[in-house]
Order: sequence, then structure tokens, then C-alpha cells
Amino acid sequence: MRNMWNDGFVKKAFLALFLGLLLALMGVGGVLAQDTQPPTDDEVNAIARQLFCPVCENTPLDVCPTEACKQWRELIRLKLSEGWTEEQIKQYFVDQYGARVLSEPPRQGWYWLIYLVPVALLLVGVYILFRAYQSMRAPLPAQEASDPVASPLPASLGDDYLRRVEEELKKRT
Amino acid sequence: MLADFGFGILLVTFLASLYSIVASLYGHLAHRPKWVESARLSMQLTFPLLTLASLTLIYLLVSGDFNVKFVYEVTSRDMPTYLKVTALWGGQSGSLLFWSWLMSAFATAVTLRKWERDREFLPWVTMVASITIAFFLGLNVFFENPFQRFWQTFQGVDAYTFRPANAIPFAPEDGRGLNPLLRHPGMVIHPPMLYLGFVAYVIPFAFAIAALITGRADDRWIRLTRRWSLTAWLFLSLGLVLGGRWAYDVLGWGGYWAWDPVEIAAFMPWLTGTAFLHSVMIQEKRGMLKRWNMILIILTYSLVVFGTFLTRSGVLSSVHAFAQSEIGPAFFIFIGVTLVASVALLIYRWDSLHAEGQMHSMFSREALFLLNNLLFMGILVICFWGVISPLITELVTGSKVTVGPPYYERAAGPLFALLVLLMGIAPLSAWGHITLKNLAAQNGLELEKRYALAIAKLLWKPAIPAVLVLIGLLAAGITNIYALIGLTFAALTASITLYEFWRAARARGRAQKEHFFLALWNLAGRNRRRYGGYIIHLGVILMAVGIIGIEMFQSETQRSLAVGESIQLAGYTVRYDSLAQFPANDGRWVTRAVVSVFDKNGQFLTELYPRYDVYSDGQPMTIPGVRSTLADDLYVLLINWEGVTSQIAPFKVYHNPLVNWLWLGAFVFIFGTLIAAWPEAEREPLPAQARKTKTVYQPGD
Repeated sequence: MRNMWNDGFVKKAFLALFLGLLLALMGVGGVLAQDTQPPTDDEVNAIARQLFCPVCENTPLDVCPTEACKQWRELIRLKLSEGWTEEQIKQYFVDQYGARVLSEPPRQGWYWLIYLVPVALLLVGVYILFRAYQSMRAPLPAQEASDPVASPLPASLGDDYLRRVEEELKKRT
Repeated sequence: MLADFGFGILLVTFLASLYSIVASLYGHLAHRPKWVESARLSMQLTFPLLTLASLTLIYLLVSGDFNVKFVYEVTSRDMPTYLKVTALWGGQSGSLLFWSWLMSAFATAVTLRKWERDREFLPWVTMVASITIAFFLGLNVFFENPFQRFWQTFQGVDAYTFRPANAIPFAPEDGRGLNPLLRHPGMVIHPPMLYLGFVAYVIPFAFAIAALITGRADDRWIRLTRRWSLTAWLFLSLGLVLGGRWAYDVLGWGGYWAWDPVEIAAFMPWLTGTAFLHSVMIQEKRGMLKRWNMILIILTYSLVVFGTFLTRSGVLSSVHAFAQSEIGPAFFIFIGVTLVASVALLIYRWDSLHAEGQMHSMFSREALFLLNNLLFMGILVICFWGVISPLITELVTGSKVTVGPPYYERAAGPLFALLVLLMGIAPLSAWGHITLKNLAAQNGLELEKRYALAIAKLLWKPAIPAVLVLIGLLAAGITNIYALIGLTFAALTASITLYEFWRAARARGRAQKEHFFLALWNLAGRNRRRYGGYIIHLGVILMAVGIIGIEMFQSETQRSLAVGESIQLAGYTVRYDSLAQFPANDGRWVTRAVVSVFDKNGQFLTELYPRYDVYSDGQPMTIPGVRSTLADDLYVLLINWEGVTSQIAPFKVYHNPLVNWLWLGAFVFIFGTLIAAWPEAEREPLPAQARKTKTVYQPGD
């Protein structure tokens, strides 16, 4: 009896799963059907922004007014409508025109140097600074006790801050 | 004819500057003061001569003598007169002449007065300035003569300095005209500002070299050139800001800074110049960092020439362009030679430039200023490497790469944030010293801890507004961690700086029985350098807020609209109303759209007129319609490149939050610089004998 119930449960579960999958697929199908609408300008620009054409130095593709760049954007639109992903489209342009179309070099091989050299130099800078601190470092000298700032000013002036401000103005006049 | 006259003057001026170099050297070596005086006079002669040469070129430009190649290249008949005048710096050869002209004006101004007082330095200053002028004039004379004319020979028409055999002069009907992008008021004043900044930095460099040659190890050269450094810095900053504003108004990509190598070329001397501006204070007050200041000013000079080189040589597009460019190798050699010579001099004097003072803590003013310098140098390294690594990559691998904005933003962003924070904390260390003494009296803590405590004690009150800002931002639903960090740092620094003003003015007001504002005025007037500096800091904070706003929260959308349709962005609705196309009186063909802007409640806000102009030579220019408020800019572009008809037009809309704080901050910044640089009745620096920098603690150390 229990087995029977179990069998029934399994069958029902399979059925539910099957129906669920079917629904899910239909849902995806619906989404896919929506996606066949032409890609929007914003979707094209989102990819174009990350690309540079070889002719227009330093002008990202999304704002470049030249005819060539316009054609590139149309190409992106076409690929998008064919269902290509962003990565595939970028890779397509890299394959066609080389790594220079990307807004920064891919992290591989020689190109690593581009990323690592500033970091290394910065570390060298930190090290030099640290050494400078150490070499220039000295304990507070004894003459501190007779610091000129502490020198004669009316005691009525009260707090140190005021005294400093006044001292400074005196010095300047 | 007039062109030949102009070239003749250039040649004479070039010879005069060469003579000045030789005469000043000989005068020194042979101890013949007359020769030194002669060198000075001949250097000063370059200014009237170059004025004459420049005026000649301007006359040719205005009169439209298209027989002259430069005139043909940068002007056309339909250009207004003021643009014809400013076309002087619209092309390579003219802008090099303009550079030399400014340089000779500054060098003359320096050597005209106080020659006797600075007898020790000025002859060498004359020499360094003359070398610089001679180099730039040499470029004009040998490679880029702005007075070259067109000649018709049997082979055809070409430009020559001297008339070829059997040639007759040739004058085209009309010139090519200035690049439309450069016909903007911002572009008219942007290059002169940059050039003034570049050129003015040659003066402190020349004094530094003079100090190295004469062996004066004190800070006299710094004191003498303090105002020059500030002037240079002011102009360079102005030039950068104007360039940003120009890009925002004209280039049509909704931004102000693209990390373009040419921009970076102008930014790099600013970075070293700013570091220099700070670190010289430590030398003046404490007699430390002498070598470092020398290194900074030498770097600044090299970067100034490098910057002119990058913008002028065409090396940026490719290493191959460098090889083709005639002036590229000349620049390269000049930068190399001056850098090596300066560094050699520095090494020669290295031992005499030892520090007189010592540092007492990681939190002392000296240490914090060093940290400031490290951050500026860090950004410099990032920029320099970003510019040259694509060239090196191309040389090594043969393939090109783009090092674009993501690289710079990721690398330099955190350093900028730290700089903003440091800008708040470092001024506190000025007071840290005295608070430290009090604390020391109270307990026997270690030095570092005492410093840290002193700063913490000064910090907690100004920190309250910063915390409130952070809470407000979080309450407003802002979750971008970088924006939160940046804005909190900015708030903290602003509040510390304002607190400093308030405390000082209140203290003085109480003591002198002055009204608060009068006290503030007197304070700022008496110590312009410090309080001007604080105002500059406030300006930088405002700019930082604007930059965070646009960088972190910019949004954009693009769509083709039929008349009556609209797009939404960031709560705004932009409706396309109509389109008109008409010729303008200067030969432009204008396509101008009318769009209405509504807020999120559907309330009409304003009409905007994005347009694009096509110049007679076919060059397009996209002018945005912008609604500006302190909160944000709505920046609407009619994008010509997607094809516009009267029925359907493509629009691109940017929402740029807080961007106006950037421009507002720039005004505050410039105001602060003017206060800091404003001439005051200065005590004459002590006369010639070497004077040791006194290492005493003075108020504000």
C-alpha cells in the first residue's frame, strides 16, 4: 500500500517536473521571442562604449561620429539581434582587428606589464618614503622646552590656538 | 615679402638667443661682467623681436595672405577676425612661435628688475631661459617655419622657405580654415593658458639650475620664484579646467575628461608642479627635502617640454608617426640632454643639499607632506606609463593596444581619494605640534601615540558633519561604496578646513575685539599663503564632489524619436517638438532641434536646442542643449551620425549629477590661488651671503 502510494507520488512528481520544465521552456521561449525585437540603441552603446576603432584614436565607439564607426555600431546591432553575447561580440572585434579595439589590453602575456609596472613603481615609492622617514627620523630635541611659540605672550590670551594665531599675525606685520 | 621679413626676424632672434647663451657662459668663465651684461641684453632683445615676428604672422593671418602656407592651413575667408588672430596657435608652427614669444616675455620680465639684488642667480637664469628659447626658435627656423610660402615650379606647387629656382609665388583662392572644433571661445583661450603655465614653470627651473651651478644650498631660489611657481600653477590649472569645459561643451560625449594622452600630457606637469608647491614649504620652514625639490622642478621642466612635444609631434598616434615627424627626434634629444645635464648638476651638488632638519613623527607635517608627494608621484607614474606603454608595446610586440579610461580610473581613483583625505588631515598637523606638547606634559606617552592623539583630538569635532553626511547619503539610498568613501572624505576635509577658518577667526576676533568677518578678512590678508591654500583646498573638494557625481552616477540613453515622442531618463522626460535646418552667416549649415523637458510630475521645465553644425568643409560639430542646475545637468545631443530627418531624429540624453560643482569648484580654486599669489609687501629676502635655513618651530609649521 505504502509502495503504491510511493509509486503514485513518484509518477506525480515526474509529471509535475515535466510540466514545470515545459512551462519553463515556454517561458524562456517567450523571452526569446521578445528578444527577436531589434536591440535598442542603449544595448548597442553599452558594448560600443568599451570599444575603440583603429582609425579614430582615443574616441570610444559609442560617441564616434565617423562613418566607419557607424558601421561598427550597426554590426554590433546585427550581432545582438542574432543573439550574440557581449563577450562574443567583443571577441569578434578583437579577432578581426587585434587587441587595440578594447579600451584596455587583455590581461595576458606581455600586456601584464602594463598593469604591473605602475604597481611596482608605487611600491618602490612607498619603500623610498619609508626609508626617508627612517633616515630623517629623530627624537624630539631638548630645545623643545624653549619653543619660541611658548614665549612671552599675555597669559590672558588663554588657549594655545589663539596664541599661535596671534603670534603668526605679529610675525607677518 | 612680409613673410620673408618675418622669417628674417626669426633667424635674427635665434642668433640672438644663441649669442646670449655663449656670452653668459664666457662672461662667467672669463670673469668678464660686461659679457654677462651683454648676454642679458641680447636675451631681452628676443622679446621685442619675437613680438615683431608674431605681429607679422598675425598680420598675415588677418589679411588672409594664403601664399603663406600656415595662413592657408589655419584660416579661411569666412572666419571672423578674432579667430584669425587666435589662429596663431591653431597650428604647429604658429604655436611654437607663440610658445617662444611667451617664454621670452617671461624671461625678460624676470631679468628686467632686481638684477643687482640677484646678481648671483640671474646670469644663469638668463642662460637657461636662452637655451629654452633657442631650442623652440630652432624648431621654427629649421623644421617648422610659419612663414613658409607656396611656390609654383615645374614639379607643381609646394611650400618652401626660400624661393626655388624658376619658381613663381602661388596663392590659393581660400584657406582650409581652422578646425571647427577649435572655433570655440574656450579653445581660443585654453591653449594660451596652458602655454603660459608651461612657460612660467621654466622660471623656477632656471633659478633651480642657477642655485645648483652657484652652489647655494639654501631656499633662496625657492623664495625668489615662489610667485612664479604659483603663477605657472594657476595658468596650468586654468588651462586644464578650460580644456575640460571646452570638451564638455563641444565634443559631444557628455564628459569633460577622457584620459586622452594629450590631456594627460598637460596634466603631468601639473602633478609634479603641485607636489613641488607643497614640498617647497618644508624646505622653507625646515630646511629639508632640498634634493627632492630639485628633482621635482627638473621633472616639471622635462614634463613641460614633453607635454609640448606630445601635443605637437604626432607621436601619440603611433611610434611610426614619431619617426615621420620632423620635430619628434629634436624634442626627444632636447629633453634627454636637458634632463641628463640637470641631473648631473644635481648629483654634483648632492652632498651640499643635505637636510638641515629632522623629522619627528609619521604624523608630523613633513611626513604628511612627503605622503602627499608620494600620492602625486603615484598618479604621475600611472599617467606616464599609461601614455608610453602603448608605444613600448608597439615597439616590442608590433601590435597596438589602447590604454583607455578604465585603466586610469581604477589606478588613480584611490590615490585621488587618499589625496582628498590627506588634504584635510595635513593642515591639522600644523597644530599637532603644540597640542603634542600639552599632551606630553600630561602623560608620558610614546611620540607616535602622542601625535596620533593630538590629531584625533583636533579631528573629532569636524568629523561630526562628515559622519552626518555619510548617514544622509546612506539614508538617501546611495550604495555605491566608492561614492560613499569619496563623498565622506570630501565632507570631512571640507569641514576640517572650514573649522580651521572659523577657529582662527573667532580666536582673533575675541583677542582683537574684531567682528568675526573682519577677523576672517584680516587673517586671510595677513597669511595669504596659508588661507589662500585652504580656499584652494575647498575648491578642490567642490571639484571632487562634482567629479564623483558625474563619474559614479552618470546615466545615459539614446533613441530615435518621431516628433511628439519622448524619452525618459533619471526622472526627466525629453520630448521632441520640432526640427529646423538653416544656413548660418559664416557658412555653417545648422540643424537645430527643439525639445521640451519635463520633470517627473510632468511639469514643464524648459526648452532645449540641441543642434549640429556642418562647416563648409564638411566638418560636423555637435552642440548639446543643456539644462544646468546645482543638482545635475540634463545634457541632450542631437546625434547627426545616425541620420536625421524632420520626422525622426536620434537623440542621446545624459544625466550628469553634480557636475556643476566641478566648475564652481574651479572658480573657488582660482580665487584661492589669486589670494595666495597676490603680491604683498614682502620683506626682501636676505642678501647674497649663504644663509642657513633656520630650523625653528614657527607657528604653522
